[in-house]
Amino acid sequence: MAGDASSTSRTSASSVEYRNVVKRYPGQAEPAISDLSLTVPAGEICVLVGPSGCGKTTALRLANRMIELTQGDILIDGTSIKSRAAAELRRGIGYVIQQIGLFPHLTIGENVGVVPKLLGWDRKRIDARVDELLELTSLGSELRDRYPAQLSGGQRQRVGVARALAADPPLMLMDEPFGAVDPINRERLQNQFLRLQSEIRKTILFVTHDIDEAIKMGDRVAVLRKGGVLAQYATPEELLMSPADEFVEDFVGADRALKRLSLLRVRDIDLWKAPLVRVGEPTARARAAIAEADLPYPIVVDAGGRPLGWMSERDLARETVPDRPDTAPDPILELEDVLRDALSDLLRSDTQYGPVVDGNGAVVGVLSVEIISEFLNSPEATMHLTPAAERA
Amino acid sequence: MHLADAAPVLGQVEIRDRSEASCISENKLCPGWIVDNFDRYTDPLAQHLYLTVTSVVIGFVIAFALALIARRRRWLVGPIVGFTGVLYTLPSLAVFFLLLPITGRGSTTAIIALTAYTLQIIFRNIVLGLQNVPEEARDAGRGVGLTDRQLLWRVELPLAIPDIVAGLRIATTSTVGLATLAVFAGAGGLGEQIISGSNITFKTGVVAAGGLAVLLAFALDVILLGVQRVLTPWRRVQPA
Repeated sequence: MAGDASSTSRTSASSVEYRNVVKRYPGQAEPAISDLSLTVPAGEICVLVGPSGCGKTTALRLANRMIELTQGDILIDGTSIKSRAAAELRRGIGYVIQQIGLFPHLTIGENVGVVPKLLGWDRKRIDARVDELLELTSLGSELRDRYPAQLSGGQRQRVGVARALAADPPLMLMDEPFGAVDPINRERLQNQFLRLQSEIRKTILFVTHDIDEAIKMGDRVAVLRKGGVLAQYATPEELLMSPADEFVEDFVGADRALKRLSLLRVRDIDLWKAPLVRVGEPTARARAAIAEADLPYPIVVDAGGRPLGWMSERDLARETVPDRPDTAPDPILELEDVLRDALSDLLRSDTQYGPVVDGNGAVVGVLSVEIISEFLNSPEATMHLTPAAERA
Repeated sequence: MHLADAAPVLGQVEIRDRSEASCISENKLCPGWIVDNFDRYTDPLAQHLYLTVTSVVIGFVIAFALALIARRRRWLVGPIVGFTGVLYTLPSLAVFFLLLPITGRGSTTAIIALTAYTLQIIFRNIVLGLQNVPEEARDAGRGVGLTDRQLLWRVELPLAIPDIVAGLRIATTSTVGLATLAVFAGAGGLGEQIISGSNITFKTGVVAAGGLAVLLAFALDVILLGVQRVLTPWRRVQPA
């Protein structure tokens, strides 16, 4: 995967190794980071997570020398970060921060092109790269001449990611990149980012204080405790199944079973068979469909199989299936949705179930709270675990 | 009127001249006199413009250099504000007379004093502008690999333009006012027409020269505002 260089956005990724890293601030008795060692394989997302004051942001900023090491070393592809001038090193490492930090006086295009310009690319190459990145981050190149103040929070966040990716760095540092976005948009941005990562396969160090985000985003999760001590470094599955100690267990939380849902997608579990009827069919057909299905409410679909709504008792009393059934099909879930997100969508809605659609928007089944709760109680719940990049 | 039976045109001229003469002798405000004597204001106006612009430009260069030094050594901000503040409080007439034996009569003396008065306000505004740069923009700038110098010229200074121009506007307006005293340093300017020898109480002359000073200040202010608008297009966009 890392060797596939067929596209410009899919070049190499670097491995990163923290080797006995210590950071001590003058005048402070306790070190901010004590003897941190961990290795991130190329192309993986490593999430640094822990309570506030655990040094996770410090650990991240040591990697691009925004903070200088006291002892130890950090190796990128085996080369010490100390072997290059700090500014030059940083141009080869993507950097995304919670406050995003777009330059307010530069257009979106200029913001994204800032590192290529520093690297001396010619104008045409920068323009082409900017357009490519605006498409890649689903922003659209019509935004390139706007200023950051004209964008929504979510758009700015994606511009921040595009800027970090501009020179195609093999390593990205992301410090709470979705921290300033509201929960609904955060979920969307996380999914978009995971989809993006499945294409670009960068090595990513990702800081968050949110264990759910860590489990969702990480291929590996490093749990830090106060003083920058590594409490556990493991895959999300291992973290949930066998926390190393009481601290990690507390931090991961009591709802570990529920959290496992973050590692699964809707397509990983068996759905109910949906009673489907098309607009204009006789309602007798709808009653027949109910008999064969797992739930007693028919879903009206259009010619393409897309859901239009649930039929009510009143709808069933008509001659033919109406094109505007009484109950809207809300929520509509997708096969690729993370199961935990699907569950919160279901819990938010009036109905405890929702139609599941495939990539074309056609109904393939029904997911319900009941299915998920049965699944959680089954031994299957520990299987079907998917790597983070394929999870979105 | 004893000339009432003369030719009507001649009579009008005579009356106007007589009324103007009486207007002046009674030291009233005489617009006709200003129109007739406008020539005598062009050179002082040009001198005034020269004194103002030169002083503000030199003041900006010095304050800018001081601000860049203080950007790296933050402890210097206090002493520099204190020192330029002392300069600012010195009575301008006293400064002119103290400088006269050293630099002699003429525009050099005036420009030295006027420059000294601009330093405080321009320096403070540059420092303020640099302080007002959003911390995340600075952090991101360093994070993407800008050197310290690139960060200053490509991020911090452009973002400080509004504060810097605000300082230049105040400095320019007040320098136009102060420069009317440059006449005591022998540097000419509109002050010459306000306090010129025996005419010291000539009301029409004072109003004309004062009015030109106000117009000059206003014109320079509008120009600076225009420059700022051209340099900061991002401040004119509609927020999302």
